[in-house]
Amino acid sequence: MKICAALVGAAAYLLSVSSQAALSIQITQGVDNPIPIAVVPFAFEGSGVLSEDVAQIVMNDLEQVGEFRTLPRSNMLSMPSEEQEVFYRDWGILAQDYLLVGNITRTTGSQLVQVQYEFFDINREIKLAGEVLTGSVAQLRDIGHEISNVVFEQVTGTRGAFTTQILYVVADFISPELTNFRLEKSDYDGNRAQVLLESQEPIMSPSWSPSGEDVAYVSFETTLPRIYIQNISTGLRRQITNFPNLNSSPEFSPDGTKLAMVLSKDGSPDIYVQDLVTNELTQLTDHPLIDTEPSWTTDGRSIIFMSERSGQPQIYQIELGAPSYEVERLTYDCFQCMNASFLPDGVNLVHVRRESRQNPNYQIAVQNIETGRMITLTDTSLDESPSVAPNGSMIMYATTFNGKGVLDAVSIDGRVKFRLPSTQGDVREPAWSPFLN
Amino acid sequence: MQSKQIFKVGLMVISLFGLAACSSTSDTEEGAAGNEASSSNNRGSTAQSNAGSGSGQLSQEEIRAQNALRQTVFYFDFDVAEFKSSDRETLTFHARDLAASPSKRIRLEGHADERGTREYNLALGERRANGILNYLIVNGVSRSQIEVVSYGEERPAQTGQSENAYSRNRRVEIVGR
Repeated sequence: MKICAALVGAAAYLLSVSSQAALSIQITQGVDNPIPIAVVPFAFEGSGVLSEDVAQIVMNDLEQVGEFRTLPRSNMLSMPSEEQEVFYRDWGILAQDYLLVGNITRTTGSQLVQVQYEFFDINREIKLAGEVLTGSVAQLRDIGHEISNVVFEQVTGTRGAFTTQILYVVADFISPELTNFRLEKSDYDGNRAQVLLESQEPIMSPSWSPSGEDVAYVSFETTLPRIYIQNISTGLRRQITNFPNLNSSPEFSPDGTKLAMVLSKDGSPDIYVQDLVTNELTQLTDHPLIDTEPSWTTDGRSIIFMSERSGQPQIYQIELGAPSYEVERLTYDCFQCMNASFLPDGVNLVHVRRESRQNPNYQIAVQNIETGRMITLTDTSLDESPSVAPNGSMIMYATTFNGKGVLDAVSIDGRVKFRLPSTQGDVREPAWSPFLN
Repeated sequence: MQSKQIFKVGLMVISLFGLAACSSTSDTEEGAAGNEASSSNNRGSTAQSNAGSGSGQLSQEEIRAQNALRQTVFYFDFDVAEFKSSDRETLTFHARDLAASPSKRIRLEGHADERGTREYNLALGERRANGILNYLIVNGVSRSQIEVVSYGEERPAQTGQSENAYSRNRRVEIVGR
């Protein structure tokens, strides 16, 4: 039984290695003292070979967030698949703090699988969690991410975001005259990418609705920038704006009933809010210089935005319904602060920062607007479009690597970084989904 | 592409007529001459042969106008929305040319280099295009002749992170419609 499990595990492992050659995440920076955790290959009972190695999916998830270091399979002294087979000493010797085991059952001829997992604290010698998850073979990857969520929450106390997804834009330069723009959606780790929209005109600024069902974006398909909302599962879409000049930067309110946006119909770009139920449009700011990049505060009562009104881009806040001159400036100590959004705590402001006129680098930073404490999270030069995971643990952003647009993620303390697998073309403007279940 | 070329030839011919009139006579005559030119312009081949046969007697001013109208891309300094003062004369020729043929339509496409955020660059590209738009209007072009669109940093003329690429990407293009 045990041997059989190990063999199946090894076979599945080889499979997953080959399929990951193109899609492996690169961990570019980790923490000094990661938590040691053993994830034993899940035993498999049933006919055929599974397309996914669930234990490997969990290992990848945990490695990516940087706080964990997984035990190489070749170092394991035993390969338990359920509680009765677990000997805590085997894992204590290997200096592991936690252990995850599991097994998968597939009824012959069925597409349904049952995945049982159990999670142990080696030092305290107790089982922390365990359950049986049922799904189709095609959902094995989701089940793996679901288990990662449980492990992450058990150890860190923070809800895991491994079942979330991302939206991003790809620009494929076919020739000087032809660029193929794609709006894509994938798992948070870049796997299972799907094209939502394809165009030879630019696509910009994807933004999730809070339900995760719709996406708002800017498309130039009419040759002018206009805002659209598209249902992700049905693909049905509708044009939301057709105002003269620039229509851009759509952002759903936290309750999903309104869309903040930028319009320059009266000359210069200002912040507006459109009610998606009544279609009523409200102008929030009114300034002859550039106001753009609206983002909602966590309570949905105010909008923060970038404005040049002081001479250089800085972050400001305005309450809905307040007169347009009643703006509060949030950033002071940077040459340019742009593209800001609040972490779920509503106090820490993620933004793109150019420190001084002499320093040409744009980096991702977080500033606590109450204490003023600021940390710069990235050290590359063209970092932009930061988007925060719904649990506030990581920030995904666009940067340039070897002259090509790629997506990187960094932990909120700046200690851990990983890079998403590269695809064809320039990848930019990541938008991290809300929790989807 | 074909239609764009014809358009450019048209522009050149109009400028010849328009400016020849302009250098010696009053504004109203300039307008009349321009209209004549634009109607002859509809017969593309005729216009071209006219331009060819007339080229022997071009004045300095006419040559300058010709060259000016051939320039349809205007470059900007980093983070600057105002067009360069060295482009003023060229834009003046464009304005006269457009004012002389009110049926002509153009698009001003504003662009930025990739430094700074995408939304900011979208706004910056629009401001650059608006700067030229306002200059053309002040010089007699009707607002309805011009459509403005900003592509921000989405349509670089040259990809890459070099200073050379950046300077080529900070631009406004005049495109015929």
